[in-house]
Amino acid sequence: MHDSIIETDALIIGAGPVGLFAVFELGLLDLKCHLVDVLDKPGGQCIEFYPEKPIYDIPGLPECTGQSLIENLQRQILPFEPEFHLGQLVSQLVQRPDGRWDVTTDAGTQFNAGVVIVAAGSGCFTPRRPPIDKIEAFEGRSVFYAVRRIEAMRGRRLVISGGGDSALDWTLNLARVAERVTLVHRRDQFRAAPDSVRKMHELVADGTIDFVLGECRALEGADGNLSSVQVATNEGAELRLPADCFLPFFGLTMKLGPIADWGLNLDENRIAVDTEAFETSVPGIFAIGDINTYPGKLKLILSGFHEGALMAQKAFRILRPEKRLLFQYTTTSTQLQKKLKTA
Amino acid sequence: MKILVTDFDHVVHEVTAEADWPIMEAIRSAGLPIKAECGGCCLCATCHVYVDDAWVGKIQAMDDEEEMMLGEAPQVRPSSRLSCQMRMAPELDGLVLSLAPTY
Repeated sequence: MHDSIIETDALIIGAGPVGLFAVFELGLLDLKCHLVDVLDKPGGQCIEFYPEKPIYDIPGLPECTGQSLIENLQRQILPFEPEFHLGQLVSQLVQRPDGRWDVTTDAGTQFNAGVVIVAAGSGCFTPRRPPIDKIEAFEGRSVFYAVRRIEAMRGRRLVISGGGDSALDWTLNLARVAERVTLVHRRDQFRAAPDSVRKMHELVADGTIDFVLGECRALEGADGNLSSVQVATNEGAELRLPADCFLPFFGLTMKLGPIADWGLNLDENRIAVDTEAFETSVPGIFAIGDINTYPGKLKLILSGFHEGALMAQKAFRILRPEKRLLFQYTTTSTQLQKKLKTA
Repeated sequence: MKILVTDFDHVVHEVTAEADWPIMEAIRSAGLPIKAECGGCCLCATCHVYVDDAWVGKIQAMDDEEEMMLGEAPQVRPSSRLSCQMRMAPELDGLVLSLAPTY
């Protein structure tokens, strides 16, 4: 496995706007970046939470959307050829005797990085857990927040809960293999593609699946194996649905995750940094954007951009101690323009 | 202006609120445990509150977006609202509400 370790100057955790712009600032200094993100595409909250909402406070852009900001940032950093490792969570961070960092993801990708930059926003996106007593005891055995293999659901009795695209898509897909699918949602309205909603209603009409207006309140079973899901219906009745698996789809929430175990000084779930280089209490690990805290911190995208620029200066000194750091402007430096492939 | 917020431990807090501010922001700046994950974008239903019955009629009506998003919160009642979508106004001085469950 040793030869498959990816060598990089900087490993950036989080591919949101601030992580992306850090590639630019590090790139100007000839520092190579790899990025890891738990989501399956770059953009972080901008894409996951508000792709279409207008943003008005990016300097020089009177109005943009989360989506367009991310697209433009990706275009801006293209000359620096960043490499993305998506759908992965950085799980381990260990310092080598030479000061560099061994970083491992939950997918088994391994990096050897000179500096690590945590640009993880409010933490990693994880599925929302419904407030059902003892649900943890069933997780992984009969409660799933994602479906990895459709075949695993063949012949099972499923209760699916939620009103978004995931709940609808899985209801439609799993109806073909499951013994029985029951969709439970509090309303007869969905935040999902109208076509999926129409197809779901068709399956209900022809008796293929069941739809219950209500809320899942309790799980019954033993040793992690589910036997039934209790539902409080909107009419006030209590239903007990026999079930082998419960699939709640209530969107994503954000958690600090493994970052909490890396020995960094934290302040209320945010990483404490200095304001000269946005370095953490552990030299060589930086934190920029919403994840960090310092006196006067404002959680703004533009603050994260500034933090990335200053971080890059210090990262350069760590990574290239033998070199002199020349401060240059992109407007006048032909060297920088060559890097940006504009010259 | 003031609002009275009951937290999950049934403790009542008097919270200062400025006119036109989202009520979620007032609750958050008072340090109460309201998640409000999406930061007021009406995208997550984690600022769910129950408005005291006496006040329900005095608050601005819900728009479609809030109503849709509220569908994603657990244990919704007729008095449920997303606090990021309610704005403080003089007629709401003294508003009584309690923090509600979220996913």
